[in-house]
Amino acid sequence: MQVESNASKIRQTIMYLLLIACSALMVLPFLWMLSASVKLDKDVFSFPIDWIPAHPRWANYRDIWTTIPLGTFIRNTVKLTLIVTFLQLFTSSFAAYAFSKLHFRGRDTLFLGYVATIAMPWQVYMVPQFVMMSKMGLNNTHLAIILLQAFSAFGVFMMKQFYTSIPTELCEAARVDGMTEYGIYFKIMLPLSKPALSTLTIFTFVNTWNDFLGPYIYLTREKLKTIAIGLRMFIGQYSQEYGLIMAASVVTLVPVVVVFLSLQKYFVQGIANTGLKG
Amino acid sequence: MQAKQKAELRRHLVAYSFIAPNFIGFALFTLAPMVFAFILAFLDWDGSPYNPMKFVGLENFIRLSDDSQFAAAFKNTIIYTIATVPLTLVMALVIALLLNRKMRGRDFFRTVSFFPYVASMVAVTAVWNMLFNPGMGPINQFLASIGVQNPPGWSTDKDWAMATVVLFSVWKYMGYYMIIYLAGLQGVNTELYEAANLDGCNGWQRFWNVTLPQLSPTTFFILIMLVVQCFKVYDIVYMITQGGPGTATLVMVYDIYNKAFVNSTFGLASAEAMVLFLLVLAVTLIQFGVQKKQEV
Repeated sequence: MQVESNASKIRQTIMYLLLIACSALMVLPFLWMLSASVKLDKDVFSFPIDWIPAHPRWANYRDIWTTIPLGTFIRNTVKLTLIVTFLQLFTSSFAAYAFSKLHFRGRDTLFLGYVATIAMPWQVYMVPQFVMMSKMGLNNTHLAIILLQAFSAFGVFMMKQFYTSIPTELCEAARVDGMTEYGIYFKIMLPLSKPALSTLTIFTFVNTWNDFLGPYIYLTREKLKTIAIGLRMFIGQYSQEYGLIMAASVVTLVPVVVVFLSLQKYFVQGIANTGLKG
Repeated sequence: MQAKQKAELRRHLVAYSFIAPNFIGFALFTLAPMVFAFILAFLDWDGSPYNPMKFVGLENFIRLSDDSQFAAAFKNTIIYTIATVPLTLVMALVIALLLNRKMRGRDFFRTVSFFPYVASMVAVTAVWNMLFNPGMGPINQFLASIGVQNPPGWSTDKDWAMATVVLFSVWKYMGYYMIIYLAGLQGVNTELYEAANLDGCNGWQRFWNVTLPQLSPTTFFILIMLVVQCFKVYDIVYMITQGGPGTATLVMVYDIYNKAFVNSTFGLASAEAMVLFLLVLAVTLIQFGVQKKQEV
């Protein structure tokens, strides 16, 4: 008995060591980034690594706002992310309600069509999409990015999966009480779908905030750029300004980390339930 | 009768009004470009509004079959996929197995392994490029300090560039698939463990004979998702190696981008996009086939 518990203790310890090693692998690059963001360029690569600099150079965090128009980039990204997330949540859940709780001609065919397009990667049709947007005069506008991101089939699919799990009797009862379909959607379904909406929010937020190729194709004028392509431009122009690049990277990460930590419960559930990629 | 018909019509209109906001946007900006993608592949166009699009039949595909950039991009996409998929799969499974037990700090570990996935690609590739800087980066300084004579040139060395991109991809995505594995592990029947214990199975045998077979639907699902994701890779390559050195890490989406937005050969780019589509379609059809078989 004693031998067995010793063996299981050793196993437990090995497990923890393995986990700590894996976590270190995940986190160390971020800690190195934080540490480098308050260093002089000449100290960034000193070895052995000086994790906590004796004289942190906080000025890096002041200088990035004047070296690049970081404020403009952030404003653009916030604007795009908020609009896209709102449109995505509203139009997806609105359509999903009809697909799951209303009966009308062509419903299943239409939904099948939606789902089939999820399998087609955006990269396959990004070129013709750009050609069409340009013809509409939308090149170099934020509207192009909004239209491209806001109406995904993925959102409709995810919300429909969730609504299907809500008992139909609930809607029937409300109909008997004389509630309109719009009333049922706003007063009953929306309040019930908080977990699904949270999942969709975090997926859309993270995707729009971090999106690179879309803005990179459409937004070439500096004052329109988002944080992802703006930061990339900065790295291209000042590749030797290591401290500043790391400071700007930290600033880029902060909003996503905040949203992720505050909604992570839903995020993890969402992935586990739908098993779908955002 | 009249009233009933009216009510029926009203019911339909209400239903359509729910779908319209999403569907109109979706049809115009996603569905239409998808259809256009098939047409553009058979046209010749340089992107200029003054030059008309010209129908050229299969010419774009014939040019593609003779295009060295496309050949390299196709080959590299396959190599990247073959290297990234198993590594990510194994890492995700190992971490999920470690986390699938009651232990202190479980939630912390789970959150941490997710950071790379949600973090901005530009920011994490920036730090990655510094860490793996061949001359000054901490990785190579560490390797030198433990006596490695010629540490690799990572993204600047044509023999190591693809490995660098693959390593980064595994690091960035394993946390995401780990979550799906964790969900799959919840469905594993633990009663079978006791039976296995009675039969005198050790931990490894138990994993191999009991856990892994039960996880196979999850594994298959992750496999498909990973393959499709690898086919679509662009950002990682652009930010770590710019497709180089030479064409060492040029992948298909990168080449599509170049053909359209650098060389202004929109038809040729769309033809290559069709090849990408066929690859994804093949994988999706395999998925459907296997799922059907599982249901039967």
